[in-house]
Amino acid sequence: MPLPYSELVMEHFRHPHNVGRIENPDAKAVEGSPACGDMVAVYINVDEETQRISDIKFESYGCASNIATGSIITELAKGKTLEEAKKITWQQAAEALGGLPAIKAHCSVLAVDGLRAAIQNYEERHGLIKERVPTTVEEIRRRLKHVMNPVVGLDLVRTKLVKEIGLAEGTVRVVLDLPADHQFAATIRQDILDKLGTLWDVQQVVVEFTE
Amino acid sequence: MSEHFIYLDNGATTRLDERVLEAMRPYFLDTYAVATSQFGYSMGIDAKDAMDAARAGIASALGAEPEEFIFTSDSTESSNMALKGVALALGEKKGKHIITTPIEDFPVLYSARALEKQGFKVTYLKVDEHGLVDPDELRRAITPETILVSVQAANQEIGTLQDLPAIAAICRERGVLLHTDATHAFPRVPLDVRETPVDLVTVTAHLSHGPKGVGGLYVRKGTPLVKWMDGGFQEFNLRAGVENIPGAVGFARAVELATPEEMARLQAMRDRAIERLLQIPHSRLNGHPTRRLPQNANISFRFVEGESVLLHLDMRGFAVSTGSACFSRSLEASHVILGIGGDHERAHGSVRVTFGRFNTLEDADALADALTEVVSSLRAISPLGKE
Repeated sequence: MPLPYSELVMEHFRHPHNVGRIENPDAKAVEGSPACGDMVAVYINVDEETQRISDIKFESYGCASNIATGSIITELAKGKTLEEAKKITWQQAAEALGGLPAIKAHCSVLAVDGLRAAIQNYEERHGLIKERVPTTVEEIRRRLKHVMNPVVGLDLVRTKLVKEIGLAEGTVRVVLDLPADHQFAATIRQDILDKLGTLWDVQQVVVEFTE
Repeated sequence: MSEHFIYLDNGATTRLDERVLEAMRPYFLDTYAVATSQFGYSMGIDAKDAMDAARAGIASALGAEPEEFIFTSDSTESSNMALKGVALALGEKKGKHIITTPIEDFPVLYSARALEKQGFKVTYLKVDEHGLVDPDELRRAITPETILVSVQAANQEIGTLQDLPAIAAICRERGVLLHTDATHAFPRVPLDVRETPVDLVTVTAHLSHGPKGVGGLYVRKGTPLVKWMDGGFQEFNLRAGVENIPGAVGFARAVELATPEEMARLQAMRDRAIERLLQIPHSRLNGHPTRRLPQNANISFRFVEGESVLLHLDMRGFAVSTGSACFSRSLEASHVILGIGGDHERAHGSVRVTFGRFNTLEDADALADALTEVVSSLRAISPLGKE
């Protein structure tokens, strides 16, 4: 087949594992947004005693690599402890799928983000976050790599839209190289607020546009 | 891949018609000389006669004189030739302003962008929700500096047919040259340059069952155009290069074979597809309901992504296209869907179905059945649209 996807990717795309929704899950997370492209929801149940993921499901609004990665990542995470599951990387998922095209990294990384965000959601809900690390500019930049520039479907950092990041006394200031009346200005701003607003020591997020 | 295969991506390219192949064959194997003057050897003269006949046939389908039709390698070259040729001819003399639309196909769009880098100013006319240019807006955009207006005849993705007579009348009135990219319209949608005063028309062979690698540019007599493919003196000294005689002959044959009856057949398939696909919940038509290419249907389905739809359809033996960013090489969502005011989500779930000569009404039904199932199974795993 002249497709850029491995047989394994196609198999997981055709017959995704662990697909669907858990009613009243112990934790869940949604990564991506319809305005920006692909989107993944991850639901987990956790055995409180062993801290192992007892059940995991995902839903995808995305392309084949997104669906296949959702399938493999949930397979990899099932039965693992939260600490183990947290460490699953996109590279591991890609390897388990027999490789993914580089251009599809963005679509498939969402599933990995979804899993991590669901685990984080569990930890936050259950007061498991022991050490609160102060937010750094690096952490903000890392999170902005997960905000997509809908014009091209790539993240803000990669498309060089982030001109400046300021961090002082609980206020994050993000300056974007984008006119305020840009078609997607509002969407991008909202995405940034969503991604940065949950940081424990951040009280305010200000998004500024050039011109 | 499934046993049967139904090709519904005729807007990308089409299968060659055997009759076209038969017409071309002698010019590969028997009369393979280059076209020579009447003082040359007989095989070259025969080749020239074939080239002349092909040129005359295609030109007459446009209402043009043979010497107004230049053969090129494809519509990409034709549009580059039109925009850059006029810019080179008039940029210094008259002005450096060009007007086009944001939903043109890449050859026009990127030729315009290349000219912007050379100091030309380009106005991209807004189009409405169906992709139509407002003639009044065009009228307002023309300045004394304007040298060329380029508005497509039909859109490559959503099939919208522009009101070329109205656009041409304005350009004529204001004394500005008009180019139209008729890649997807010609020869199915009639265009007669005697009635509609366009000055340059881009056409291609491979979208109507002709060969790949041959296209053409209609150039109205007296249109200033600088030759920029330098070499020999072929094509009235406007485009150098050995003539693609088999290609020209095939192109002419393909034009002959595209009849009004066929257009009606295609339209019936298109209308059946649109009618059936719009029965799928949360779907909408992209493009104009009636002013559209006879072969083109383009529908967006919410809550599903186009590449996934396409791969599932491929497994069931159907080939279609999508405007989803995930499908494009640049990871960019369809500039056409965005250009008509659609959002990323609408481009994400858009599916273009384009019919051709070798399709039937049953194909439209089979596709609708398959697509109904595919969309519903993808929605079942989508986090959206559940409530």
